[in-house]
Amino acid sequence: MTSVGLPVYLGLSAILMTIGLIGVLLRRSPLTTLLSLEVMLNSVNLTLVAFARQVGGTDGQVFALVVMGIAAAEVVVGLGLVVAMTRREMVLDTDELRTLRG
Amino acid sequence: MEAVVFFIAAAAAIASAVAVVAQRNPFVSALALLGNLVSLAVLMLLLEAQFVAAAQIIVYAGAIMVMFLFVIAYVGPRGEIGPGDRRPWQTVLAIVAGALIAVQILVVVLTTDFGQATSVDDAFGSPAAVGEAFVTKYVLAFEVVSIVLFMAAVAGVLYGAGARPRRLTTDEVVAQEQRSAEERRREASQAALRAVRDQEGGAS
Repeated sequence: MTSVGLPVYLGLSAILMTIGLIGVLLRRSPLTTLLSLEVMLNSVNLTLVAFARQVGGTDGQVFALVVMGIAAAEVVVGLGLVVAMTRREMVLDTDELRTLRG
Repeated sequence: MEAVVFFIAAAAAIASAVAVVAQRNPFVSALALLGNLVSLAVLMLLLEAQFVAAAQIIVYAGAIMVMFLFVIAYVGPRGEIGPGDRRPWQTVLAIVAGALIAVQILVVVLTTDFGQATSVDDAFGSPAAVGEAFVTKYVLAFEVVSIVLFMAAVAGVLYGAGARPRRLTTDEVVAQEQRSAEERRREASQAALRAVRDQEGGAS
């Protein structure tokens, strides 16, 4: 981080987070929604690692690894739901899942 | 040199993230996410987090993306819903909300003085340093993550395998075949009988 400072990393992370957020809001396919969520989680990982380098401690890196584990768990559950939807011959469209809508 | 690598990796990260969101085919989206992960790993190497970068490639780009690609292949073309299939005002609102959040974060980040980065030695970010923090200070987080992962694996298997229609046994299939063959034979003989009767009726 000699020539590129922390604010630049944080700005990049913010841009990636925004792109992922727009993807989650705009896409109806549950698969693409999950992929956009991954982009958001990764931008947070970049923030954690950048702060760890700034402060000089390993705490941020440990949390980045924890976030990776949680992301794996989230993907397993999300993809399990997609497979279950496919097996029940449902349309893969998050707008069609409205059974629980009040 | 470092700045050059940073800006190349940053541009690749942003371009691949846009591709993830904008691609119609989820397979292409997943491959774009792979590019995003690799460029982020490069950035993490620049931040001297070697172990996290390696884990990013092995765990994310290796294991998680393979799972994604398997499910995308299983689902097939049914997973394809194009971008921009929301109503137009929803698209505009989403982009405006996203841009507002981005501006908010950027203003905060660029107006804050974070001071100088502390200098670190070569051991910083090595597997030894990260592993030691994991099994001493953060051992609870470590164990909780392993339990959460296990529970998620069980839940994923239950979701995916739960609603399967019952498979017929071999005996049942044979019985069904025999029944339908018998029915076909009976129908054919009845039709022949009817035809003969019609002919006789027409003749008299």
